[in-house]
Amino acid sequence: MTAVIETQDTTVAKVGPPLLKVEGVKTYYGNIIALKGVDVDVYPGEIVTLIGANGAGKSTLMMTIFGNPQAREGRVLFDGRDITRMPSHEIARLRIAQSPEGRRIFPRMTVLENLQMGASLDKLKYFNDDVERMFTLFPRLKERLTQRGGTLSGGEQQMLAIARALMARPRLLMLDEPSLGLAPLIVKQIFDAVRDLNRTEGLTVFLVEQNAFHALKLAHRGYVMVNGLVTLSGTGQELLANPEVRAAYLEGGRH
Amino acid sequence: MELFLQQFINGVTLGSIYGLIAIGYTMVFGIIGMVNFSHGDVFMVSSFIALIFFLVLTTWLGVASVALALLIVMVISMVLTGLMSWTIERVAYRPLRGSFRLAPLISAIGMSIVLSNFIQVAQGPRNKPVPPMVTESIALWERNGFTVSVSYKQLIIIAVTAVLLACFWFLVQKTSLGRAQRACEQDRKMAALLGINVDRTISLTFVMGAALAAVAGTLFLMYYGVVNFSDGFVPGVKAFTAAVLGGIGSLPGAVLGGLLIGLIETFWSGYFSIDYKDVAAFSILAIVLIFMPQGILGRPEVEKV
Ligand SMILES: Nc1ncnc2c1ncn2[C@@H]1O[C@H](COP(=O)(O)OP(=O)(O)O)[C@@H](O)[C@H]1O
Ligand SMILES: [Mg+2]
Repeated sequence: MTAVIETQDTTVAKVGPPLLKVEGVKTYYGNIIALKGVDVDVYPGEIVTLIGANGAGKSTLMMTIFGNPQAREGRVLFDGRDITRMPSHEIARLRIAQSPEGRRIFPRMTVLENLQMGASLDKLKYFNDDVERMFTLFPRLKERLTQRGGTLSGGEQQMLAIARALMARPRLLMLDEPSLGLAPLIVKQIFDAVRDLNRTEGLTVFLVEQNAFHALKLAHRGYVMVNGLVTLSGTGQELLANPEVRAAYLEGGRH
Repeated sequence: MELFLQQFINGVTLGSIYGLIAIGYTMVFGIIGMVNFSHGDVFMVSSFIALIFFLVLTTWLGVASVALALLIVMVISMVLTGLMSWTIERVAYRPLRGSFRLAPLISAIGMSIVLSNFIQVAQGPRNKPVPPMVTESIALWERNGFTVSVSYKQLIIIAVTAVLLACFWFLVQKTSLGRAQRACEQDRKMAALLGINVDRTISLTFVMGAALAAVAGTLFLMYYGVVNFSDGFVPGVKAFTAAVLGGIGSLPGAVLGGLLIGLIETFWSGYFSIDYKDVAAFSILAIVLIFMPQGILGRPEVEKV
């Protein structure tokens, strides 16, 4: 059974300043350095992916953008504003939403309550409309509405994690390894949903993946991270064609 | 049968008070995994606040209606005790968050000593009485010279507890504050990613627990008519036991545990010896924990996430 993910065939003109700018960011866990000076830009309307092996520092970058842990050096700018030292909840209030590593669904809350948590910022003002949109995007969630988060399958949890993030009406959607552990058909469903949101609503997406093949096909641009450093960048198609990338992340994978 | 009924009424009354205090333990434990050892003394202080304002209202301001005075006193005590608990959390617990696990526990024991010693010095070591407030009672049933009765005080305690628990349940289950609280309890980091101010939510949890303890403190004062600086300890330990018995972290568990401890205590006193009532309560706890280590309504340690 193969699920084919279409190759991204559009480009996004980089007009104006980037929505997200990561500048020379160094992050430590105690005395151990995890990010050794990372630069990443995400422009409005783009899908940008960050690929890299397990332990490269991808999740650390996602969380550094959210200020937990904070960067020890360098800056994170969102919409031109320095957010490096802000607490996580204030960063979220700028409309950055994340489906984090491991999904982190509230296990003892129902699907509905998880979605309500996502809509906390607007105090549920747009809840009814937005929840209908989520049902169109992920019809499975509608059937599971009163079920507890902890009892969902992996794929359903991932859909819920993305839907919960979208309920915040984000300007930037960050996804940390949404394909991890999911069947190819579910991965396709999720990636198609992300592509749709980007095309129809111009949603800006920052996608972290180990599943480099699918991610590079979906993304307009990509970065490759090795050991806490960005070593390569380019359009999705360039990176897909790059021999180094092919050797390190694609050979042996599904083509 | 008569004795059984009478002790049942007494047990539910006492259990209501334990349950109200136990909620504070269970909520704080649920959200930050800390046993708030000073909670019993917060309860005791709330009782003193109630005492002082009751005397001020009735003797100086001449409020004639006891019911009105009690209501006002309860609200004042809830507000002041809530504020006190908010301050304690800010000063004594929050700075220690993220430090080693025992640090806030030790700080809480310290706070407990500070509160009881402060009251001992400020109010004196002796029992402080209030004039008898509500003295009427209703005879329910009479046989063989034994009257089963329920006093107005008991009715007030049971009714106030029931109403408050209903409001509280609604708050936790249906409001955005309650949702935020449950979210922080399940995954604080994720809650922050969704824009929840976790520190503020924790503060409010302390305030809510303290407000319920203040209701218990006011009812306790009304029921027994006296309060002493050392009265935080035993009810505090009993309420903590109730929270553990019901399953620490579980709100219905705290209420159920409170009622059970209250009932065990009064039945033991009624049928056996009043001297060993505490031993009975703690023995039941030990037995239950052997067979149900998470308590009666607690959830198992391992959970699929
Ligand atoms: N909470 C943590 N404490 C200490 N070290 C960590 C922590 N989280 C991640 N690391 C380390 O930081 C490095 C990068 O990890 P991570 O960002 O999770 O990588 P990735 O998401 O690319 O797999 C790894 O060496 C990992 O062991
Ligand atoms: Mg990761």
